[in-house]
Order: sequence, then structure tokens, then C-alpha cells
Amino acid sequence: MNHSIRNAWMAAVAMFALLFGAISYVQVIGAGDLNDNPWNQRAVLANYCNDRGAIIVGGKPIAESVAGDETCKYQRSYAQPELYAGITGYFSRTYGSTGLEQQLRDELAGSSDQLFLDRVSQIFLGSQPKGASVELTLDPVIQKLAYDLIPDGQRGSIVVTNPKTGAIIAMVSKPSYDPNLIATHDPAKEKAGYDQINQVPGINLNQSVSGPTGELLAPGSVFKLVDTAAALSSGKYNKDSVLPNPDSLPLPGSSASLPNYAGGNCSTRNTADFPFALEQSCNTPFASIALDLGQQAIADQASKFGFGQDFGDQLKLQSAVSIFPKNLDQAALAQSAVGQRDVRATPLQIAMMTAAIANKGVQMKPNLIKTVRAPDLRVISEPKAEALRTSTTPDIASQITQWMTDVVSQGIASGAAVPGVQVAGKTGTAQLGDSGLNNSWFTGFAPANDPQVAVTIVMEGVDVSTGAKLTSPNAKKIFEAVLNK
Amino acid sequence: MILAITTPKPRRNVELVLLVLALAVGIGASAMVGLNSPAAFDSDFWFQSSLLVVAAFAFHMILRFRAKYADPIILPIVVALNGLGLALIHRMDQPGEDTGNNQLRWTLLAMAVSIIVIWFLKDHRLLRRFTFISLAASAILLVLPLVPGISAGEVLGASVWIRIGPMTFQPGEIAKITLAIFFAGYLSSNRDLILLAGRKIGPMQLPRFKDLGPMITAWLVSIGILVFQRDLGTSILFFGLFIVIIYVATSRISWVVIGVALILGGGFLASRFFSHVAFRLDSWWNAFTPEVFDRSPGGSGQIVQGLFGMADGGLGGTGLGQGRPDLVPFANSDMIVALIGEELGLIGLFAVVMLYMLLFTRGFRAALGARDAFGKLLACGLSFAIALQCFVVIGGVTRLIPLTGLTTPFLAAGGSSLLANWIIVGLLLMISNTARGPVDTTPVTHAPTEAVQTS
Repeated sequence: MNHSIRNAWMAAVAMFALLFGAISYVQVIGAGDLNDNPWNQRAVLANYCNDRGAIIVGGKPIAESVAGDETCKYQRSYAQPELYAGITGYFSRTYGSTGLEQQLRDELAGSSDQLFLDRVSQIFLGSQPKGASVELTLDPVIQKLAYDLIPDGQRGSIVVTNPKTGAIIAMVSKPSYDPNLIATHDPAKEKAGYDQINQVPGINLNQSVSGPTGELLAPGSVFKLVDTAAALSSGKYNKDSVLPNPDSLPLPGSSASLPNYAGGNCSTRNTADFPFALEQSCNTPFASIALDLGQQAIADQASKFGFGQDFGDQLKLQSAVSIFPKNLDQAALAQSAVGQRDVRATPLQIAMMTAAIANKGVQMKPNLIKTVRAPDLRVISEPKAEALRTSTTPDIASQITQWMTDVVSQGIASGAAVPGVQVAGKTGTAQLGDSGLNNSWFTGFAPANDPQVAVTIVMEGVDVSTGAKLTSPNAKKIFEAVLNK
Repeated sequence: MILAITTPKPRRNVELVLLVLALAVGIGASAMVGLNSPAAFDSDFWFQSSLLVVAAFAFHMILRFRAKYADPIILPIVVALNGLGLALIHRMDQPGEDTGNNQLRWTLLAMAVSIIVIWFLKDHRLLRRFTFISLAASAILLVLPLVPGISAGEVLGASVWIRIGPMTFQPGEIAKITLAIFFAGYLSSNRDLILLAGRKIGPMQLPRFKDLGPMITAWLVSIGILVFQRDLGTSILFFGLFIVIIYVATSRISWVVIGVALILGGGFLASRFFSHVAFRLDSWWNAFTPEVFDRSPGGSGQIVQGLFGMADGGLGGTGLGQGRPDLVPFANSDMIVALIGEELGLIGLFAVVMLYMLLFTRGFRAALGARDAFGKLLACGLSFAIALQCFVVIGGVTRLIPLTGLTTPFLAAGGSSLLANWIIVGLLLMISNTARGPVDTTPVTHAPTEAVQTS
């Protein structure tokens, strides 16, 4: 009997040998594949509960990790959430992350290469991993002012930059949302928060980009700055050129025509010079220029201002690429030249175009990051102002600046004028089909001779008078606020 | 049989030293859980630890009095496993949940029952008198979950629970012991008959058809559990228990061949006719196909999440309280092995599996040393049952074999399993006591004489 007892024992040992093999396979040999499996949430959740770095504006955190509950030692918390949601994005267990939370994930989680030594010391000290904190270039006062200038319920964006450095002073859009709603660790509350946010018209958290960097809008007349630059750099036009200004331009190869704005002063003259055409924002002179120069010239100039290009490596926000379409027929080219048809630009793109004109034709990389600091406050990175591209020559830039100054001092952007300061500006009114509603734009900078601040405002889906009230006068308030600091 | 030349040694002091180490494992794990949870070192820690210490030393003292030649390694192994289980279950407790303390209450009760068994039974050979009573008890225990009024209904697809007042209990766990007693008692009495009769075909001696009776009975019981209680794991466990006892009793490999053939045949039929068996096979083989992963109930999500956890743990584990076992369903019971793999790593899980291997090896050692056939068969059957149960559970969690609903002995949350396994430990200790002690020349009162073949 003892012989068969030994055999039974050997059978049991054999089963256990299989177990040792199976465990080794799962935990070592096959572990890599299991860890990479797309169903495996652990990789995503690995640093979910860590002490992430804060995002700081004006010395105060707008996003930080605070003490969490039993399931998670830390949890993300946003101060003034709606005001900064477009910048910070959200950080959710289920829905992932967007905005700076996503783009700066390595820095905020403390897993970037520069933090390698910090991680080593954390291992030896046994302390919780900590992320780097990121201070932004935003000015909290201007950010708040800009946000409040967009009425609740109104879709719109405002971008305020320093044209000389590319630093973003304020960047807001409405509607906004509260990312705290989906930063909770309670899956039921998280789902409820997600649904609540998505119920707000105009918000779709599934979209990867939105707001000033992501929303593609018809730019309307602000695109005439591109035509002007193209005309001057072609050599065919100069500051004194006389432009045809019929009330209506028949569109070649089509029965339609492109009119000047009926209610304005354009109809008082059959020809115009650049100052008049820009001040009154006449359409036909710029359509004529585009038909004269051809679409390649306009497309090239648009590209030099940033259409079809990215924003460089300092912005750290997902952004959409603005579009000047290719292969246009003559009619489409004429309409595109006044920022209609299929031309699309993000608010940030228009802000960048204006900033390039303000900065002697050199477009600076838009930059949102002032400093990145390790947990011990050591500075890890501090982006310097860098040129992104040359958009036009200094001469052309200063010529356009002069005309834009006239647009504010004696043209249709007079609402943006600031007493004692030379303000340069341009408005735009892009018609949205036949609805009678428009995207109403203002873009400009001040002081014209030494630009400190560039402001771009767009209000979507407004009638003409509301658009006029919400753009130029609001730009004035922002100019005053920035320049009086 | 090799005659013991040296005088038998009790080795109780060795047990005492090992017991201190074992308690250090359990309490150390508990302390780490406390350190890594927000409410560090709450009253639960001191309460649990001191009770466990008292119970372990009480058990040790009982052995000094009643079974002083018992194997000195078994108790420390079991205390280490049970202590670790308490810490792990406490670790998975959400605020407001009290599974940890509930498990501690069951541990204390189970140890008390085990002590009572040792104290009053004195000698395992007395159990042989209850051979057929055990059979009747097994039948009743197995039928109980199906009796209206006492049945707790279908829980997670299996009808193996009964409800007494506020408590639920799995009588099948106790049936494991009574069936082992019946098999051991019946076969120790009838083995000669079964052994001598039968035709020889080639190297295999086939049993007579009428001797197949007990095997057919065991097979039908197992199939009955599978069909009526939908409990594949218990079914396999009972049948394996029977096969190993009949094999050890007869030394005939033909029994194993017939038994395995019956298992495979039954399993094949079951997979064709019962959706719950088919689902388990499908979830095992096709665990990583999306439809199977998302299927609920009966999907592979539980297994796959457990595998993810174990892979994340890797060699050294994430550390107790640092992993994410909350992503794995039933991390404190069915999937506790995955929790160990995740937080204690391959090293920790290997250590636990080694403890089980040591445990059943000591059980087989007691079987070798036992001087009566009944004791040999019982010790062998119970030890093999522990090994088989571990194999089915850990093999299921690691996707070596299909996952079935068996508990991990001493670790998993669940009172019935703890109680049954502690009683098994008591029996193994008693058998090892007679095996390792001085030869008892006084016959057990009224015990039938038996021929013991030793080889």
C-alpha cells in the first residue's frame, strides 16, 4: 500500500509542478503580453491615484491632486473649473484625459525623463511618487475678464497673446464645463457627471479638440489681412494702389455675384485704396486681388500665416489645423478671399496671424507654459520665446499695421479704440448660410507702435448688431486691462 | 516496514518555534495591510492578531496533551495560510464591509471544532465504525442544498448553499470529509476481495463487474452534483478523492484508467448538455475573444482580470495594499490566488504554493507511517483532496485548466470551507500522532481486526 501512496503523492507533486509552470508563465513569461493587452486598465490606472503635479496660474493651482478616499490616495481637483476647463482639460478614470492633463501627462505624473532621479529617490525613501508642477503664462485677471465678456449662453472664444513672445495671456471659450464632475472616483457619479456635461448644447467631451485651439470657423473679413499681405508682397500692388470697388462682383463661371455689404460706406466709391477698403471692409477689392494674383499666391500667404500648419511644440494643447482649400475655381477663390466658402480658421490661428503682423512679420510660437518644476521646486524646463515662422516682411507688416490703426481710428472697428493708445484692428463678419446669423470677429493689437498685447475675439451665430457689441468694445476692455497693469 | 529503532520524539517544541514564525507571517501581512490603508492600525489589527495568537497557542497546547506525537509542521503551515488569508481578506474589505472579522470568527470556530474533534475522538480508528453512517451523512449533506425551505437557492449559478437563520453554509464542504471516511472505511474492509478477483488483460487486471459498484456510485454522485447543483469543481474533487483512495487501496492502475475515462466521458457529455459547463470551457479556451470577455454571466472577464493582476504583480508583486485587485471580481474568495500573485508577486505565490505542497506532503507522510489501512487511506485521501483542490483552483486562475468554483483552502473567504479544512487538519494530526508515536499495542475497543499489508 505504501508504494501506491508514494505514487499518489507523486501525482500530486506533478500537478503542483504544472501549477509552478502556469504561475511562471502568467507572471513572468507571458506578463508582457498581458500588460500590453488593450483591455488591461492597469497601465492606465497605474498612476491614476498618484500625487500628480499641479497646474498653476498666477501662483495659485487651477488643477491639483488633493487627498482622496479609500480607493485612491489622491484625487484631482479643479479651482474655477469652468474658467480653465479649455486649458486643463479633464482627468478621468473612465473617460481618459484631455487638454494639458493629457499633453503634459509625463510631467504631471512624474514619469518624464527629467524626473528620473526623483523617481529613484522616491523608491529608496519609500515615498509616494509625485509629479512636476506646471506654471502657465496665463494672467488670471485677464482670463477672468475675457471669460466674463462672453455672455452666458453665447458661443464664443477670446485669445489674448503677447505678440513679441508668443505667450498666451488669456484663452477662453464658452460654453465650458466643470471637469470636477468626472474627476470623481465613484463610477456612478462619474457617469452621471459625464452625461450632465454632454447635455450642455455645444459641448461634446468625445471630441478631442474644441475651443480656441480646436474649433474651425469661417474667418470672414479678417482673412482680408492675408489678401493684403499677398498683394503687397507680390510686387503688383503698393500702398497707393487703386483697387476696383464695384458694388457687386460677378463671379466668373457662375450666375452669382459677390456683393459689398449693403449697409456700409463701400458703395460711395467705385474704386478704393487699401485704407478705404480695409476701413470699410469692402469685399470686391479683395476678391479682385485674389482673382488677379491667383489662388497659389493667396494660399502661399495663408500658409505663411499658419494655415495648414501646426502651432509649434510649445503650445501643449491639441489643436486643429486651419484650412485654405486647394483647387478652387474662380468663383470659389473670390469668395474664399473674403474668408467665406470653405476657408476655416481656429480663433488661435487668427490670433497668430495678427500677432505676426504686430511682431514685424515674425510669428512667435504660441506658448502656454512658463515653467515646469520638480516636486523640490527645481526648474525642469522653462520654454524661451522662439520664432515659429516668418509670415511677411517688416515693411509689409508695418504698412498693414498702419492701415489697421486707421480701421480702429476711423473705420468700422472704432469701438476698440482706447484713448491715448494707438490700437490696430480688423473686424470680420462671416455669414452662416442664409440664416442672417454670423460669426463676428475682431482681431487687433495695441499699442500699434510697440505691441504689447494682441486680442482676437469671435462670437458665433450672432446677428450683426450683437456681433458689433460683443467684439470691438470688448477688445477695448481687454486692451485697457492689459496695458494699465 | 522499517522498524523504528530510535524512540519516538514528540517535537512539540519545534512546532512552537515554527508556530511563532507562522504567526509572524500572518500578523506581518496584516500589519502591512494596515500600513497601506488609510485607517492605519485600527482596532481590527490588534483584535485580530491577538485572537489568532491565542487560538494558535491553544491548539498547540491541546496537541501537547492529546496528540503529542502529531506532525509538528502541519499546524504552523495551516496557521500561516489562515493568517495570510485573514490579512488578504481584510485588505479587500471596503468601508462598512466586515468580511475580515467574519472570517476571523469562522477561523476561531473552525479551530475550536478541530480541537474538539482531537480532544474527544482521541483515535482516528474509531471513525471506521461510522463507515456507513458517513455514507448516509454524505448523502444528506449533498441533498440539503436542494431541499426547499433550507436551500439558499441558486447563488452565482450553483445551488450548493443552505441557509440557517442569518448564516449560509456549504454542506458539500463537510461531505468531502464524510465521503473520505466512507471510501476509506469501505475499501479498507473490502480491498482484499476487490484485489484478488478479476480478469487480467495484458498488464492490466480488470476488476469484476460487481466490484465496480462503488465506483459507479461515486461517479453517479459526482455527476449528480454537476447536474443538480451545477458545481463542476466539487464534482471533480469528489471523484478524484474516490479514485485516489481506491487506487491506494488496491494498487491497481486499472482503477485510475477507468476513473479518468469516466471523468473524461462525463465531462464531454456535460459540456454537450449543460450550458454552464460549456460556458466554462469556452471561457477558458477562448478567454481573449471579445464576445467571451464581455459575456455576462459566464464570460471570461473574471479570469482575464485575474491574469492582468498577476502579470502586473510580476516577480516581486506590487506590495500588499498597493495593487488593484478591486478590478478582479471575487478577489477575496475565488480569485484570492490572483490577489496574492498581484500584490506578493511570483515569489509570494510560489511560497504559498510551496506551503500547500509541504502540507499535503506531511499528510502523505502520515499515511505512510499509519499502521492501519483505514488510517492510511483516510490520510491519503484527505491529503490528495487538498492537493487536488489547490490544483483545480490555482490551475483555473492561471488558465491552466477551466476555472471552477472551488475555494482555496484556508485562504479564501468562506466559513464552510474553513471549518471543513480545519477538521481535515485535525484528522491528519491525529493520524500522524498514531503514525509517529510509540506502537500502541492495546487494540481499540471493539475495533474489527484487520490485515494490514505493508510493503
